[in-house]
Amino acid sequence: MLVRPKNGILDPQGEAVERSLRQLGFPVEDARVGRVIDLEVDAASAEDARAEVERMCERLLANPLIESFEIALPDNGL
Amino acid sequence: MSEPRPRIGVLVFPGSNDDRDAAWALSAVGAEPRFVWHADPELPGVDAVVLPGGFSYGDYLRAGAIARFAPAMEALAAFAAEGGPVLGICNGFQILCEAGLLPGVLRPNVSLSFVCRDVPLVVEREDTLFTARCEQGQTLVIPVKHGDGCYQAPVDLRPEQVVLRYARGENPNGSDDDIAAVVNAHGNVLGLMPHPEHAVDPLLGSGDGGLILASLVDAARERSYARA
Repeated sequence: MLVRPKNGILDPQGEAVERSLRQLGFPVEDARVGRVIDLEVDAASAEDARAEVERMCERLLANPLIESFEIALPDNGL
Repeated sequence: MSEPRPRIGVLVFPGSNDDRDAAWALSAVGAEPRFVWHADPELPGVDAVVLPGGFSYGDYLRAGAIARFAPAMEALAAFAAEGGPVLGICNGFQILCEAGLLPGVLRPNVSLSFVCRDVPLVVEREDTLFTARCEQGQTLVIPVKHGDGCYQAPVDLRPEQVVLRYARGENPNGSDDDIAAVVNAHGNVLGLMPHPEHAVDPLLGSGDGGLILASLVDAARERSYARA
């Protein structure tokens, strides 16, 4: 799963990365820094696994005030 | 006759590092501190609780995110729900926000740098359990030392929930509206980024933090009388 700062939320890490890349001459317009969490989950089906991971995100892995998350299962290629 | 020393719990998480300073400072302003290990499911008959600074669980994931699920936090939530005074300092503030006991969230400092220095603060409210010994508009000098102190207020934060602000031009972390301390709607849970426990002796730079801790001790003493 992928956690990233919500749009409009201050992302000082992203800004620092953006400045650095520009200094190196890359034509970067915007950078946001989030994180990837790889999980192995014991579940009966892909739907069950997704629902379980969604609960994990809501409880612990993301803070809904400032972060959004996306869940990707292996067969759709994260 | 000396006043009785109320018992104040100091929660200790793996990675807390200001727990002993907090206990020492509380003792210096008239309390009897009791350490409470994070895995304890109960608070041992205390009349106030302090969540000290540090880096609980290494600040993994987000500062305070993992500590909020400690067994002692359930007991703390119950204590807070019945009006018990709770003070969260620095990492303690972060934990209270993550636990939903305080509104808002603390993000990395805008500068991305760790800041460690004395900061002047303005008392916005003197009528709280935590600032009763201060005066409205008074400037307190208390040190900060944090990397994640940029407080982001929810849109529905009421102005009266802001208890301390960094003095104009002195905001060390980029927090919304220079907010340094917020209190919950019921007025019994307060979080602040500065460290009052590091400012209880003028010999060490400032005694202003003692005003906040002594206010808490007064509130705890009142509660102990009510309980007795």
